[in-house]
Amino acid sequence: MEFINTLVNGLNIGVIYAMIALGYTMVYGIAKMLNFAHGDIIMVGGYTIYVFCAMKAASSPAFFFVAIAMAVIVCTLLGVIVEKVAYKPLRGASPLAVLITAIGVSYLLQSLSQIIFKSATKFVSVPELGKVSIGAVSIKVSTIITLVVSIAVMISLSLFVKYSKTGRAMIAVSEDRGAAQLMGINVNSIITITFAIGSALAALAGLFYLLQSPYIYNTFGAMPGIKAFTAAVIGGIGSIPGAMLGSIVLGMIESICDSIAPIAPYKDAIEFSILIIILLVRPTGILGKKRREKV
Amino acid sequence: MTLLKVENLEVYYGVIRALKGISFEVGEGEIVTLLGANGAGKTTTMQSIMGLIHARSGSVTYDGKNITGLPSHKIVRMGMTQVPEGRRVFSELTVYENLLMGAYIEKDKAKIRHDIEEIYSVFPRLDERKNQVAGTLSGGEQQMLAMGRAMMSHPKLLMLDEPSMGLSPLLVDQVFDIIKHFHSTGTTILLVEQNASKSLAISDRAYVLENGAIAYSGTGKELSESDDIKKAYLGG
Repeated sequence: MEFINTLVNGLNIGVIYAMIALGYTMVYGIAKMLNFAHGDIIMVGGYTIYVFCAMKAASSPAFFFVAIAMAVIVCTLLGVIVEKVAYKPLRGASPLAVLITAIGVSYLLQSLSQIIFKSATKFVSVPELGKVSIGAVSIKVSTIITLVVSIAVMISLSLFVKYSKTGRAMIAVSEDRGAAQLMGINVNSIITITFAIGSALAALAGLFYLLQSPYIYNTFGAMPGIKAFTAAVIGGIGSIPGAMLGSIVLGMIESICDSIAPIAPYKDAIEFSILIIILLVRPTGILGKKRREKV
Repeated sequence: MTLLKVENLEVYYGVIRALKGISFEVGEGEIVTLLGANGAGKTTTMQSIMGLIHARSGSVTYDGKNITGLPSHKIVRMGMTQVPEGRRVFSELTVYENLLMGAYIEKDKAKIRHDIEEIYSVFPRLDERKNQVAGTLSGGEQQMLAMGRAMMSHPKLLMLDEPSMGLSPLLVDQVFDIIKHFHSTGTTILLVEQNASKSLAISDRAYVLENGAIAYSGTGKELSESDDIKKAYLGG
């Protein structure tokens, strides 16, 4: 039973990483930048849920759905605004300038939330969901929700990218921006859509974290952001299936570390070491493709 | 009637003046060739017409409208597109999906289906490989796909940047036949080539670009008979 618990935990951690890693990898693939403010979008989603749950103290489950919807809307808008205000003026600038800007946006969001909500950790009154028993295994309902929703989102996103016109345009832009423009694709709007999708998924990640542990603070998104970025690099940054696979792999490693008491405190070190080893052995990540440098 | 008019186009790469104020015209229904050696500024000219790189000064007028500085995706919607140098097909997408991307600006699905069938009839090879990802095609097949993809948007003006580059003589002939075919269906062609003899043979008019400036211009026949051109581009 210990084994099944570890497996379920690993999947649970992994799919949440995937929700975040997808944002990193899609933005990297399409806008060719590392959006290090992505983790902080999770925090904004979390605080949005906090505000709505606090508004209605005896938060009814129905109202909780309103809070989730608001978190998704707020994060989506924020992602699009950040892109328009901070990153779009730097299109064509050196990657280093964009990277520094992204780090700046990250600190800006963390500081703003500290000004608004103060630095003390806040309790978020999410609904109590309990556990269900399947045979001898008991699983938290929140875990089941996380798994089902995340897997559904991943399948939908894959289908969207493969079969919709906008999705194919995303692949085209990520492969060759100039050629994509020659098809009549407006690259700026494809980038906007990418940020919108990534940020909406980050809001869901914020929700899943709160369902696990209902506390929020201003650096709430920092560690998940870094871990998910690690997962995206392990899987092959720029690749959507890579981000999903890398996240599950990282989640499993984390869960296995958690289950072995003597090494549990070192799990972060172990995860980042695995990143370094993978980068040494296979710099493009598990599913990453070697891209031909274009002249 | 003049379809495309380029006036005093000047492009810089940093401090390097790649185009030194070139001017030329393409009339509706013509095949015009821009000839020149490597580094003469042919691709730069093409890319600045399409808005992929920005000109320092000068203007581009298409169909009576000033399109200087417009983003490429808007220019494509006005009826002009380009087969870029080196084909640049979307290698992760299938042949069929590449053709769909070519019809990105078209909303009518029935029309897209019909157009794809038409492209398949011009390029039976693409029909055979429609479900294959474009990255696995041969160079010649990729050139066919790039040309078919460009035609999916029904351009009034099609620009081709070195379509014969790196192809076997047999395939080069095929590419020129297809350019003639597209022209016969009413498409105006602006061709950029290093292969002077083949391109002059099918051109109404041609310009020769040297070091970022137009050095010669004339009809295809005039240029192919000119001694200077023969020496420099036709191997004697």
